[in-house]
Amino acid sequence: MRKPKVCILRTAGTNCDKETAFAFNKAGAKTQLVHINRFSSGEKSLGDYQILAIPGGFSYGDDLGAGKVLANELRFKLSDDLSKFVADGKLIIGICNGFQILVKSGLLPGNKRFKQEASLIINDSAKFEDRWVYLKSQAKCVWTKDLPEVIYLPVAHGEGKFVTKDKAVLGRLKKNGQIVFRYCDEEGRSRPYPYNPNGALENIAGICDETGRIFGLMPHPERHIEAHQHPRWTGKPPFDFARAKQVTSIGDGLQIFRNGVEFIRNNF
Amino acid sequence: MLYKIEITDKPGIFDAVGEGIKKDILDLGISSVKDVHFAQVYTLEGNISDGDLKQICEELLVDKIVQEYELISRPGLESNSRTNQDRVLKQGEHIIEVAYNPGVMDPVEESTLKGIRDLGIEGVESVRTAKKYLIKGKLPEGQLKTISEKLLYNKLIQHIVKPAGKGTVPFGDSPLTEHTYQFNLVTVDLLGASDKKLLELSKRGQLFLNLAEMRQIKDYFKKLGRNPTDCELETVAQTWSEHCYHKTFRGKIDYKEELLKPKIGTVPLARKKNEGGDSPCLRTTKKIDNLLKSTIMEVTKKLDKPWCVSVFKDNSGVIRFDDKYNVCFKVETHNHPSALEPFGGANTGVGGVIRDPLGTGLGAKPILNTDVFCFAPPKLPFSKVPQGSLHPKRVMKGVVSGVRDYGNKMGIPTINGAILFHEHFVGNPLVYCGTVGIMPKDKSFKKTNVGDLVVVVGGRTGRDGIHGATFSSGELTHESETISSGAVQIGNPIQEKKMADTILQARDKNLYSAITDCGAGGLSSAVGEMGAEMGVRVDLDKVPLKYSGLSYMEIWISESQERMVISVPKENIEELLAVFAGENVEASVIGEFTDTKKLELCYDGNLVCDLDMGFLHDGIPDIEKKAEFIQTRHIEPKANTAKNLTPYLTKLLSHYDICSKEWVIRQYDHEVQGGSVVKPLSGIVNDGPSDASVVKPVLDSKKGIIVSNGINFRYGFIDPYWMAASCIDEALRQIIAVGGSLKEVAVLDNFCWGNPDKPDRLGSLVRSAYGCYDIAKGFGVPFISGKDSLYNEYTVNGKSLAIPGTLLISAIAVMEDTDKAISMYAKESGDLIYVVGETADELGGSHYFDLFGAIGNNVPKVDVKKAKLIFEALSKASDKGLIRAMHDCSEGGIGVAAAEMAFSGGLGMELFLSEAPFKSDCFAPSGLAMTAGVRNDTILFSESNSRFIVEVSKKNQKQFEKALDGLPFGLLGCVSKSKEFKVYGLDGKICIAASLFDLKEAWQKPLRW
Repeated sequence: MRKPKVCILRTAGTNCDKETAFAFNKAGAKTQLVHINRFSSGEKSLGDYQILAIPGGFSYGDDLGAGKVLANELRFKLSDDLSKFVADGKLIIGICNGFQILVKSGLLPGNKRFKQEASLIINDSAKFEDRWVYLKSQAKCVWTKDLPEVIYLPVAHGEGKFVTKDKAVLGRLKKNGQIVFRYCDEEGRSRPYPYNPNGALENIAGICDETGRIFGLMPHPERHIEAHQHPRWTGKPPFDFARAKQVTSIGDGLQIFRNGVEFIRNNF
Repeated sequence: MLYKIEITDKPGIFDAVGEGIKKDILDLGISSVKDVHFAQVYTLEGNISDGDLKQICEELLVDKIVQEYELISRPGLESNSRTNQDRVLKQGEHIIEVAYNPGVMDPVEESTLKGIRDLGIEGVESVRTAKKYLIKGKLPEGQLKTISEKLLYNKLIQHIVKPAGKGTVPFGDSPLTEHTYQFNLVTVDLLGASDKKLLELSKRGQLFLNLAEMRQIKDYFKKLGRNPTDCELETVAQTWSEHCYHKTFRGKIDYKEELLKPKIGTVPLARKKNEGGDSPCLRTTKKIDNLLKSTIMEVTKKLDKPWCVSVFKDNSGVIRFDDKYNVCFKVETHNHPSALEPFGGANTGVGGVIRDPLGTGLGAKPILNTDVFCFAPPKLPFSKVPQGSLHPKRVMKGVVSGVRDYGNKMGIPTINGAILFHEHFVGNPLVYCGTVGIMPKDKSFKKTNVGDLVVVVGGRTGRDGIHGATFSSGELTHESETISSGAVQIGNPIQEKKMADTILQARDKNLYSAITDCGAGGLSSAVGEMGAEMGVRVDLDKVPLKYSGLSYMEIWISESQERMVISVPKENIEELLAVFAGENVEASVIGEFTDTKKLELCYDGNLVCDLDMGFLHDGIPDIEKKAEFIQTRHIEPKANTAKNLTPYLTKLLSHYDICSKEWVIRQYDHEVQGGSVVKPLSGIVNDGPSDASVVKPVLDSKKGIIVSNGINFRYGFIDPYWMAASCIDEALRQIIAVGGSLKEVAVLDNFCWGNPDKPDRLGSLVRSAYGCYDIAKGFGVPFISGKDSLYNEYTVNGKSLAIPGTLLISAIAVMEDTDKAISMYAKESGDLIYVVGETADELGGSHYFDLFGAIGNNVPKVDVKKAKLIFEALSKASDKGLIRAMHDCSEGGIGVAAAEMAFSGGLGMELFLSEAPFKSDCFAPSGLAMTAGVRNDTILFSESNSRFIVEVSKKNQKQFEKALDGLPFGLLGCVSKSKEFKVYGLDGKICIAASLFDLKEAWQKPLRW
C-alpha cells in the first residue's frame, strides 16, 4: 500500500521527534525528520510531503514564550510554502510545543492566516507538570475520527493554558466546531485541576482549523501508542476506569495517527 | 544606544509567576504582601529604528493576546512620556529588578538575537534580560532585603538593578561593552620559592596542591632549568586535582579500625587476623595501596562478566543491551556549585553528566536521567542556617528547578531518584545526577590517531566556571561564595541539545575517531586526556570566545558548559564541519594530535605551555593518608510500649525521607522518548511510589532497562560497612520488585564524604568501600563506573561541619521482557499479601528511631547468600506471572511498605504480624515470630534488608509458595474490600487501624508545595 509521506519538523530543542515518527510509522506512514534549515536553504521542499507534524520539545528553549521563535520562523520564512501546503488540502498536526507553534504562528485557529488569535500561556500552577489526563473529543476533525468518547493521554508542559484573544474568537471556535478536545474526568464530566492540568479556558486541550485538517493539542498522543505506556497497564479491570488494556492491545493515541494516514490515502 | 522593554500581563490575566512568589514570601513568614506582579525586561543595544523596535516588541517579545509592554529609551534621549508617568510608585509599592552579572551567560540572548534576525532586522548588537517584581504591601526595608536575598536573586550570578529616582529610568549597571586582551606571558617563580612560598602560591592561585605536589612540580621545572608559565602550573593543578585524579582513592592508606563487640554478625575485615583478644573491641589494621583498585574494581575483575563491555575506562561504564546495542551509565555529583547557586549548580550538573554518555565510546544517545538529592529539612529555622549558606527549602526548590530545566529541555526522561534529609546537609547539599545512554555496538570504542585534528564543538568559551575542578577539591567556607564565584554557572540546555543531535549525526557518518566532554578542567582536562598517549598541540587563539578579553590561560581552563572535544581525521574535516553548520552548531579546529608526547599550547604563535605528558599524567607524588574507623555506641531509645501504633505509622509516612515526592516528580518529564513502562508514580490514581523505573530504549523491542538506587546515610552513623551493604541490597531489591532479575545487573558507586585528610572521615570511607566489595561480589553484580566527591565540609568560624558520609549505589539492569514488569500498588481485594525475607531486630539507624531522635546500634545487615536466593526465587515467580504487585521493604519497614501498597491501590489490607518470619539478628539462627520479648513495633518498622511485600492472587497461592520453597516467607494477610488498613499484633489484638485516606494524606502532605 502507498505510504503517505510525513515530515517531522525539527529544530534546536525539538525532542519528541523520534517517538512521533515511531507513531506515524506504526500507523502506516513513511516519515522523515527534517531540520527547518533544510527548508530555508531550499535543500528540501515542503511540497514533497502530505503531512507536516510539529512535535513536542522546547524549540529554541522556548526562551521568548513557548514556540514563539519557531512560529515566527514559519511565518516569516515559510509562509508561502505553508499556505500552499494548506491550500492543497494536506494535513498538519502540532503536539505540545507543536500546538504552541501553530497557535502562535496563527495557523490555528487559522481564521485569519498567520495572525495570532489565541495563546498558550504559563500553567496556573506556575510549573511544568507531567500527568495523565482524560479528554473528550467533540469536533469533526479529520484527526479524531472513530475515537472513543473519552481517551487517556499524558500532558507534559509548563505553558499549556489555552486562552483566546477575546470572546468573539472563542465563540467562533465553538460555532465552527473547532474545539477538538476538552479536559474532563474519566466519565467525560468537566472538572477543575488536576483534571484540567493548566487552567485552560473552558478546559480546551486541542483545537483544529475550520477544515478540520490542521490540528493542535497539548497532550501527547505519541506517548500512548502501546498498552504498556498506560500508567496502569499492570493493573487489571475493573480497577481501571480507563479501560486498561491487555499487553497486546494498543494505546488511545494511535488512532489519531491512523486517521491522518488514512485521510491522505483516501484523498491523495 | 540602549532600549529597554518591559513586558507585563494584561489586566485580568492570571499572573502565575507573581502568585507563586507571593506564596514563597508567605513561606518566609512575611504576611504583609498583598500582591506581586512580574515583568520581563529586555535591554537591547544597537541602532534600531522606531519601526523595527515596534516590530521586535509586537512580533517577537510580546504575546499580544495576554501581554502588554512599555518601551523605555535611554535617559537623555527621546523618551516615552506615558512611560515616565507610569513609573511613579505609589505608597506601599516596591520594585525589585534582577539582572545577570556581566560575564554570566544569559541563555535568552541567543534566541532573541535569532528571532530578531528572522524578522529581517539588522543592527541589534546585544540583548540582556532582567526580571522585575512589583511588590505591593507595607514592607520595612529589612523585609524587602530578605525577600530579595532569600527568593529573588543570587548575588553570585545576579544583581539588583539600582532603584531609580522619580522619572528616571533604572538601567542595569552592568556594562554591555567588552574588554580587549593584550598578550603577556606570565611565569611563576617556583625555582626560587621556599616551602612556605610554595604553599602560599598554591593557596593564592586556588590550586589546592599540597607541599609534596608543589615540590614535585618545582623539581620538574628545575630539571628543565626554567620557571613554569601560569598556564603550565594551572594545567598540572587541574590534572592532579582530587576531582580529576581521585588521589585519595588511588593513593596509599594506613587504615585502622575498632569495632564494638561482641555482637553477633559484626564482621571485621577478615583480611587480617583479629587482634582484639579479650578487649571490648575488634581491632584491625591494614595498609591499603589504591582503595579503588583493591575494592570496587576488584569486584568487577573477579566477577569477569562477559556482558561488561567497557568499565572504569571511558566517561561512563558500558554493558551489553542486545545484539545491536550497548548501554552506558554514569552518575556524577555537583554538590559545591549547588550549595552556592542551586539552580545553576544542579542545571550544569545535569548538563555535565549528560555529556558523559555522549562522550563515551564514539557517543551514546542519552535515554534517561536519575537524580538523587540530600538536603537539610525544608522546615529548618533560619537561625540554624550558617552564614553564607542558603536556606534548605530554597536550595531544594532551586535544585529541582535546575534539574527540571535541563532534563526536560534535553528531552531526556527523568525516571528515578530519591531525596533524603538531614540537618548536616545544611551547608553542603548533595546533588547526584546520572544519565544512561545507548549506542550501537560498533560505536562503543574510540581511538585518537596522530595527525587527527582537535575540534571543539558546541558552546563558546567564556570566563565562567574557572577553577571548578580545584574548587571542588577543597572545603567550602563562608568566603567560598566570594572567592569561588567564577565556579558558578548556569547552563544552556538547548545549546547542548543541538550539539548532541549533531554529534550523533556525525558519529553515524563515521566522521571522527574519538570524543570526550569538556567537564571539570575544561579544555585542559579534555584535550590533555585525549592526547595523553601521544601528544597534542593547541592554538588557544583559535578557540571561539563568548566575548573578547580572555587570557590564554582562561581559555585553557574555562569550564564553560556545553562543549565537547573530538578528534577528526583530516580527510573528514570538511564533511564534519558541514554537519555541525547545518544545524547552527559551532565547530572549530583548534589543534592537532602529535607524536611528541608533549602538551604544547600556543597563543598567537607564542608557546605558553610545554609539558611532558608523562609528568602530567604520572608525575603526581604518592601520598599516604591515615584512616581510622572507631565505632561508637549510640544511645538506644526507650522501648515504646504504646499499644496503638497508628500514630507512629502516620508520623513515619510524613517523615521527609518517606513522604511523597510527587511535587518533584511531576515537574520532570518522565515520559519523553516514549519508552516508559513502569513510571516513577504508579497506583490507581497514578500517585504511589514506584520502586524502580523501567523504560524501553528501543521502541520496537520488548527489551527494557531498569534503573534504581540505594542510599541511606543513617546506617553509616553506626557502621559504614553495613550502610554500603544495605545500599546495594536496596538498589537490587528495587530491580527485583519491578520484575527484573540479577542476571545482568551492574552498579555504580558514588561516595560523598567529608575531608579525607581527616583520619575519621577517611576511615569510614574505607570501611564502606569494603562493604561494597563483599556484598557486590556476593550478589555477583560488578561495578562499572563510579565517582567520589570528597571535601564536603563547611567551615564557619573555624568549626568544620562535615556531611554524613553518604554512598549512593545506582543500579542498571537489562530486562528481557518488559511485558512482565510489575508495579507496587495493591490490585484486587481477596488477594494474598506475603512478606518475603526475614525481619530482625534491626531498628538501628531506622526512620522509626529517628522519630525519637535516636540512632541505636542494631544496624540492618545483609546475609548475602540468603538474599541472593530470595531475589532469584522472586524473579522466577514474577517471570511465571505469579505476582500481581510487589514492593520493596525499606524505609519504615513492613508497616510503611504495606501501607503504601494499600493506599496507592485504593484498597484496604488486613495483616497479622505473627506470620512474619523473625529472628533476633540477621545472622542468628531462624526463630519464631512469637519469640518472647519481640515487640510489634520492631516487626513493623525494623528496616531489615532483603525483604519484599508481595501480592498474589489466591489461585496462584500454591505455585507461589512452591517457588519460595525453603526460603523465609510468611502469609501476612490479604487485600480487603474496605478502605481500612488494619494490622493485628503478636497478641492478636489490633495495633494499627487507619483509613486509607488518613494514611495517604499523612504521606502526601509534607511536600505538597
